[in-house]
Amino acid sequence: MSAGSASERRRHPGLNLHESDAHPSDGEVVFGFWVFMMIDAVLFALLFAVYASLGANTAGGPGPHEVFELRPAAMETLLLLLSSFTFGIASLAMKYQRGMALLQGMLALTLLLGLGFLGLEVHDFVGMADKGALPQVSAFLSAFYALVPTHFLHVSLGCVWIVVMMVQLRMSGLDRITRTRLLRLGLFWHFLDIVWVMIFSFVFLRGLL
Amino acid sequence: MRIEALAGPWLGRLSLSALPTDSPVAMGAALVAVLGVLGVAGYITGKGKWRYLWREWFTSVDHKRIGIMYVVLALVMLARAVIEALVMRLQQADAVNRSGFISAEHFGQLFSTHGSIMIFFMAMPFLTGVINYVMPLQIGARDVSFPVLNSISLMLTAAGAALVMISLVLAPFSTGGWSGYAPFTELRFSPGVGVDYWIWAVTLSSIGSTLTGINFAVTIYKKRAPGMHLFRMPLFCWTALCTSILMIFAMPALTVATALLALDRYLGMHFFTSGGGGNMMVYANLFWLFGHPEVYIVVLPSFGVFSELFSTFSAKKLYGYTSLVLATMTIAVLSFTVWLHHFFTMGQSANINAAFGIATMLIGIPTGVKVYDWILTMFRGRVRFTTPLLWGLAFLVTFVIGGLSGILLAIPPVDFLVHNTTFLVAHFHNMLIPGTLFGMIAAYQFWFPKAFGFRLEERWGRVAFGCWVIGFYLAFMPLYVLGLEGMPRRSAEVFDEAFRPWLLVAAGGAVLIVLGMAALAMQLAMSIRHRDRNRVRAGDPWDGRSLEWSTSSPPPEYNFAKLPAVQGRDAFWTMKRSGRAYPPLERYAPIMLPENSAIGPLLGALGLATAFGLVWRIGWMAGLGTAGVLVAVIGWSFVRRPGRTVDERQVERTETRWHAVLVAAVPVSREHECDPRNRGLADVAA
Repeated sequence: MSAGSASERRRHPGLNLHESDAHPSDGEVVFGFWVFMMIDAVLFALLFAVYASLGANTAGGPGPHEVFELRPAAMETLLLLLSSFTFGIASLAMKYQRGMALLQGMLALTLLLGLGFLGLEVHDFVGMADKGALPQVSAFLSAFYALVPTHFLHVSLGCVWIVVMMVQLRMSGLDRITRTRLLRLGLFWHFLDIVWVMIFSFVFLRGLL
Repeated sequence: MRIEALAGPWLGRLSLSALPTDSPVAMGAALVAVLGVLGVAGYITGKGKWRYLWREWFTSVDHKRIGIMYVVLALVMLARAVIEALVMRLQQADAVNRSGFISAEHFGQLFSTHGSIMIFFMAMPFLTGVINYVMPLQIGARDVSFPVLNSISLMLTAAGAALVMISLVLAPFSTGGWSGYAPFTELRFSPGVGVDYWIWAVTLSSIGSTLTGINFAVTIYKKRAPGMHLFRMPLFCWTALCTSILMIFAMPALTVATALLALDRYLGMHFFTSGGGGNMMVYANLFWLFGHPEVYIVVLPSFGVFSELFSTFSAKKLYGYTSLVLATMTIAVLSFTVWLHHFFTMGQSANINAAFGIATMLIGIPTGVKVYDWILTMFRGRVRFTTPLLWGLAFLVTFVIGGLSGILLAIPPVDFLVHNTTFLVAHFHNMLIPGTLFGMIAAYQFWFPKAFGFRLEERWGRVAFGCWVIGFYLAFMPLYVLGLEGMPRRSAEVFDEAFRPWLLVAAGGAVLIVLGMAALAMQLAMSIRHRDRNRVRAGDPWDGRSLEWSTSSPPPEYNFAKLPAVQGRDAFWTMKRSGRAYPPLERYAPIMLPENSAIGPLLGALGLATAFGLVWRIGWMAGLGTAGVLVAVIGWSFVRRPGRTVDERQVERTETRWHAVLVAAVPVSREHECDPRNRGLADVAA
């Protein structure tokens, strides 16, 4: 490996792209997105903090044991983790140029898994509503409905984003713009996975065990 | 109010009764607002300038134009908030043992709009505008990292400001103060739309500021000119960086606080309510988790401005550059560790209060370092007392006094005695007026010639300075006394005859400050009229030290025909002394610039519609606004625009014109800095 390519590599830290595909100013765009995700992370951290301070205030309403169910939450975790895996393959397909079919296929699979996750969550929310566990009942439920649906909203927007990217890939193939957008979408998607693992651990597991 | 309320009739809760007909003062204010808007719109129509404004300004993504628009927005909002301050001072002076000329309800709205505007729609846009204009030039960049995002931030902030202005006509605004403490701001105690105005205005502005934070931080990290290492940046850029980092980490807390308050109010949830397990302390913590860093967001850029001023007008390099950088970083970090001192009296244990009190006092150390650095920068320099520097000197003295009262307030037992009195009001005005406003006015006076190619008149500038500074002392020193005598803040009426003389003095101070505002307006008008006398096209009226002065005034849209090569601190100063300041004309390369975009104004308008719909429960408007934002963003992602090229001939024409100005200009020594001989070329031999 020549010294030149090593210094090239240092110029694009965090760009999971082939050397020839990375443009100097792509790093700027991706770095900007990292900063944005830091903001999103602060937002979720605050919602977790609100949940931690209000979680015990059931105000005579149902508590975690009455409203949470571990099985669907575990299923949701499985789906979302799998979707991160499929997105990972999509990223590799992009980096090593394994053809548009594999890339699009993996994005479609990710989308399906994401939609499956959303569907299961809607089912959960409806089930909770049937048990009378509405956000208006207590501070505990308000905090729950602030935290988990915010993640739900993020995943929904992520799904919209996947659809948009699939269309844009069809329209203009892999170029600088679609490439960095896919990179950023990947960061977003994996980030939501991490947040969900936190939700699963601190909300569901901690509430039920 | 439940979800059904969102799907109400066509105009939701809006009706003619929203006009503030019950109070002649409020009605007058509404009338002034409407006439002002109509007057400006009529003037633009008469001059046929709408197309020009739309093409050259509203859709512009040039950081310099966006910066100017931010500052204009800030000055307009400043005018309103200063007048509100005068009304409040007159009311309190009048309402000793009687009801005064405005109602308690109206007084509550006044202190709420005054505070909210001064923080969110005066201080924030002002500093954002100044950073926008100056920072990319100082680091030798052609623009910020995300120019379109910059325009979106501006328009969201403007939408929030517009919402506050609308509340003047379609009243009322919140009476919950700028901090909007729950549970008072919950539906049970504030059933009207006032709090909703506050929530959505603040939310729009906080989203704008968050995006600005990303933009500035990435710009500073990624867009510096070759050789512009972090530790070669002008100090103003360091403060801009720290402010951006604070915005990134602090603004989400505000967004969460207002969003959860909105969920309480719109969907009947129980975050901060007094029943249902809600806990208002969660609100207090969230709000001040944002609110305290916010204090440093608004004060750090001024520190940067003053650092530039003291060094430029003393013709000396900044004393203790590294210590100033470290002090700035330290303040930024410490600012996240002190939020609890805003509610010492709200039930924590003494030990927790002590910890936060000590953390608070610690901030005095890096700030003290800065003060000494600034003094030592002037020490043995040939200090020129121009208008910008005068604001700096007033800041130095006044800010230290405010800091001392802050150290007092940081001691929890003292805070227990004076909390919720005018002592506190005196303290934070004593920090924010010199620390933020004087800094921003000084920045405006200092960089105005850079932005417009002519200097501001010194004489009216000095009048404004005198009115503001004397007015400040008259208006706020009495509040310390009143606070120690136990006068509660935010009182529409007071019942102790002993307060009257102090309140009269304070009212006199407020009148002087309004005169100071008028003098600033007068200065601007006179400077525009006599602009030919004060032209500084060559670009360097103050013998400046950083790269923004190395360009023409105003700078070309691409800032630098060739990106400068930086070899040390005070880059332009060194270039001038070594004869490399104005490189000869050469062959230029074409320059790529981003194209103008209507997405910023569009998102601003949609954001305003959404917010207005939410305030008045006009479901269709809120729904369409939200859907519109989604459609606009997705649609825009499909638009591919390569950018606009300024070709080499055009660059050459622009540069040749400027070189002609440079050749024609006679270098002036610093004694003639403020007279018509100064054409913007500094005599470096002197």
